[in-house]
Amino acid sequence: MMEGDRVAFKLSTPGVLPKSERKLREEFLSQLELVPGGEKIKSCIQCGTCTGSCPVSYVMDISPREVIARFRIGDIESILKSRTIWVCASCYACTTRCPSGIRITDILYAMKRTAIEEGIFPSRFPVYTMSEGFVKNVNRYGRNHEMGLLVSFYLRTSPLKLLKMLPLGWRLFKRKRISFTPMKIKRLDQIKSIVAKAESQVMPSEKASIMVASTVGYGSTTEVKQRAAGAAQGGAK
Amino acid sequence: MKYLYYPGCSLESTGKPYDVSVRTVFKLLGFELEEIADWNCCGATAYMSVKETVALSISARVLALAEKIGGEIIAPCSSCYTILSKTNRDLKANPELEELVKEALDAGGLTYNGTVSVRHPLDVLVNDIGIELITAKAVRSLHGLKTANYYGCQLVRPEKGFDDREFPTSMDNLFASLGAENVYFPAKVRCCGGMLMTTFTEVGLKLNHDILQRAKENAADVILTTCPMCHINLEGYQSEINKKFHTNFNMPIVYFTQLLGWALGAGMEEVGMELNLIPIEHRVVGGVVTR
Ligand code: SF4
Ligand code: SF4
Repeated sequence: MMEGDRVAFKLSTPGVLPKSERKLREEFLSQLELVPGGEKIKSCIQCGTCTGSCPVSYVMDISPREVIARFRIGDIESILKSRTIWVCASCYACTTRCPSGIRITDILYAMKRTAIEEGIFPSRFPVYTMSEGFVKNVNRYGRNHEMGLLVSFYLRTSPLKLLKMLPLGWRLFKRKRISFTPMKIKRLDQIKSIVAKAESQVMPSEKASIMVASTVGYGSTTEVKQRAAGAAQGGAK
Repeated sequence: MKYLYYPGCSLESTGKPYDVSVRTVFKLLGFELEEIADWNCCGATAYMSVKETVALSISARVLALAEKIGGEIIAPCSSCYTILSKTNRDLKANPELEELVKEALDAGGLTYNGTVSVRHPLDVLVNDIGIELITAKAVRSLHGLKTANYYGCQLVRPEKGFDDREFPTSMDNLFASLGAENVYFPAKVRCCGGMLMTTFTEVGLKLNHDILQRAKENAADVILTTCPMCHINLEGYQSEINKKFHTNFNMPIVYFTQLLGWALGAGMEEVGMELNLIPIEHRVVGGVVTR
């Protein structure tokens, strides 16, 4: 099965983040701002309920609890490089049970988006290839064409697996549960203009020029901004 | 009474039996389903992980189309249900995002004011239409059938919705009142892995093995599902699971609406039963309800 490699954590001067880490941290914190209640990440008590509830923690290289621990000590890089963020099935078991109300699933999504933004993942990585294929599919037809998506996915990742899928494909085909032609919506032009507009938009977090987080990197960018504003007014906040 | 129907992409292909049976059930109960004309893909979880505003705007188009017609949406696919509800919630929670999404919709000549509620058919059946009315209309008894009621993860999570997040009971109550026996099924909200079956096959097979095992060791005749993703994972990969784990599962996987429709008097083909890969016919006894 999968090799249980642990990502090595590199020690640095305690309390001071290397520049590269600070950049990743900012990117992540700006993603986190889109998560309602994202700032709760600070109230993690490291109880491990999330890991214990996770159906796939057994194949994660960094457990959900450890993700938060690594975030705290300033080691986002290893999280972004981990298998964890990609193997999460978004089942929300962790989020439902976390006693501190932390939305771990959404935090992992934020990590995933950060990794995509920063281009940190192996090429032809299955989950990314899948998402990418899915997005193309929907942009082209307005609907997802299951078969087209799977075929192109296997062709790009492992063509051999496609052969293995044939028997199931045939059984589904006999029962009219597979369509060879994609369903196209009528107002594709409408979808296209909506997507084009959304693509061009600057996200709220991108708009505000991101301030360098404190050297220990805690706190969301909003907070850092507020603090900076407070300091500028001479008020000690 | 009318509901707006959002089948979603899966129900057009692998989830066909679900589509057929949902329509049949609502018809038999005397409710109209109006399919939202020219609906598009909700974006699903795969989209969510790429760019948030795009994902939100795409699912907001569905909500906008529904708002124009007026009424509540019924979304049978758990993933669509979760995504559409999440879009509603996120737009309410974050005015800045809402503004951006409004702008994007406007580019396509649409508007959305946040007034549409998104419902799962299980919720509507149990809480709007009611178990009482359903049992009153049932013509076949499910007596003698042992069901493992599988809710999956996204139907009941992340927010507290129409049922408990750890121990939901709506499906259990519904089928018990139709005469079926609910077996003890500790995997009822375990995750089927969703797309992991494709992206991390090993993991997907293991998760589904565990669910099938829990049903089998508690002597279930059938696993009832509420989501096309769970359905195809549990149904389509059983032979592969058998090979890998040296098991001999031959567990029928049936959409809850298929069995419900049958109890309400529909023929096997009216609920798409022959479209399932593992036949259930020989296990349903189907005595007539005596009142
Ligand atoms: S369950 Fe919540 S509080 Fe406990 S370790 Fe996980 S994130 Fe932290
Ligand atoms: S949402 Fe992801 S991390 Fe959380 S329990 Fe499910 S699979 Fe594990």
